[in-house]
Amino acid sequence: MSFLRNKTGMLINEDVLGRLFSGWTSMLRKCMFRVLRAGPIPRHVAIIMDGNRRYAKRKRLQEGTGHDAGAMALLYLLVYCYELGIKYVTAYAFSIDNFKRNPEEVQKIMDLMMESVFLLARLSKIYSLRVHFAGNLQLLSADLRKAAKKLMENTADNSNLVLTICVSYTCSDEILHAIEESCKEKTKIAGRDDRGQGTDRVIKLVDIEKHMYMAVVPDPDIIIRTGGEWRLSNFLLWQSCCCHLSSIFTVWPEFGVLHLVWVVLDFQHKYTYFARKKNAIVDLGNG
Amino acid sequence: MDFNKESQMSCSWYAQIENRLLQLLWHLIHVTIDLCYFPLGIADVLESYLISWGLLGRYKSFNVTKLRYLAIVVDSEEVYRTSKIIKLLQWLEAVGIKHVCLYDNEGVLKKSKDFILEKLDGTILFWDAHENDVLSDRQHMTLEFVSFSDGKEAVVKAANVLFMKYSKSGATDQNQKDKIFTESQMSNTLITVGSGGPKPDLLLVYGPARCHLGFPAWRIPYTEIVHMGPLKSMNYGSLVKAIYKFTMVQPNYGKLFFDLHCCVCKH
Repeated sequence: MSFLRNKTGMLINEDVLGRLFSGWTSMLRKCMFRVLRAGPIPRHVAIIMDGNRRYAKRKRLQEGTGHDAGAMALLYLLVYCYELGIKYVTAYAFSIDNFKRNPEEVQKIMDLMMESVFLLARLSKIYSLRVHFAGNLQLLSADLRKAAKKLMENTADNSNLVLTICVSYTCSDEILHAIEESCKEKTKIAGRDDRGQGTDRVIKLVDIEKHMYMAVVPDPDIIIRTGGEWRLSNFLLWQSCCCHLSSIFTVWPEFGVLHLVWVVLDFQHKYTYFARKKNAIVDLGNG
Repeated sequence: MDFNKESQMSCSWYAQIENRLLQLLWHLIHVTIDLCYFPLGIADVLESYLISWGLLGRYKSFNVTKLRYLAIVVDSEEVYRTSKIIKLLQWLEAVGIKHVCLYDNEGVLKKSKDFILEKLDGTILFWDAHENDVLSDRQHMTLEFVSFSDGKEAVVKAANVLFMKYSKSGATDQNQKDKIFTESQMSNTLITVGSGGPKPDLLLVYGPARCHLGFPAWRIPYTEIVHMGPLKSMNYGSLVKAIYKFTMVQPNYGKLFFDLHCCVCKH
């Protein structure tokens, strides 16, 4: 059993949560965030959680423990973002390409995902957390898909923080899916009303964007990739036109509050530039 | 009543003082970070000059064949520095890069393409080279000019082309769960609407921040994105260092340049 789990095999329990919110480290963190909030705070932070396997290898841990540590790191990040006032967090948990990995590892990740669904269900009641799963959920097992959909329904009215977990996701698949859904919608409209000619039978940008998996949240302000890599790996390519891309050398399980502070400071440094770019791109889009 | 009013005024006064102090602290932190970056910036510049003068051995010669397609993103606030862009392209040619895609979101470079091509001897447009089947000709560098309209707008055009095919096929089963279109179809359709192209291995961003500024999303799924700083302070050493790092550490992610040939042949 992973060293991160208690005797009953649970990854997180009330003791862990309690430690996060109490003590001098919590007070110091809140002071730091109070200073950070004197400047602009990103509304939406997205993470590519890279480096779990490297972490496990370096620490000579059991295979799969790296992903447990990664799940813990995501929980901590949620708490930090909640305290800092970041409204939307998106995590790239599992790409469609990751299905090509070792089947045992894939199963381990799916089991961890199922456990995370139950954990998030508990957390959402305490912190009014809304959870959304973005991706081709048809590729997941029926049990996991059902649990994910139930969690999405149960938390749909929560609003303190919105966590989007990208699972079975790639942006290429997202774009294709959006086009397919747009085609089906237009065909339906045309079928209902034979007079639906002209612009009703033309797919527009707004049709594609409303069918994106990520349509429920605004575009990210920052995409953080841990593990020192410089590519986006088919993550939020469509949504990241005016997004600050931050690459951190640290592997994901070791990503902590100071890394987040650093990224937010960097964002604040370039905030006026990105605000100008967003306005310029909106103008370009409006023609 | 007076006591309450006085108490409220005191609280408001304290809150203002607190905000001012926090803002001061915030500014102090940012100034400190700028000061910390200053020596790092000097070190980077020094290293760039050492690379340019050929004093760092490992950058003198390296294999650029791994870098099959390079994209350059130029921020719109600097895109009018055409002489800098021409110089940059000359450096890339000197290093041995054969296929370059230039992007700025307003399409200024597209409008200047004739001028740029004129200034670079022997350089031709990527699509002209493709039509004349001289892509593998190592004598010429090819250039492609891309703008914001080749991104989301092109996907919308491609979507409408695919929609026409979908409508004609009669596949109108509303419960259809299978995929209707494939990535390969989408790539071919983007070529048809004039906005297709190879997927770059490396994308260099010249601007104040690391951001792809709307480069066509379909083309950069596994592209390494490197920030080079503002165009006005570009230097040869930094360019060589970025390309060298890519060639040293980059495994073969993403679509091969020559996949484009396969897409077009099938089409």
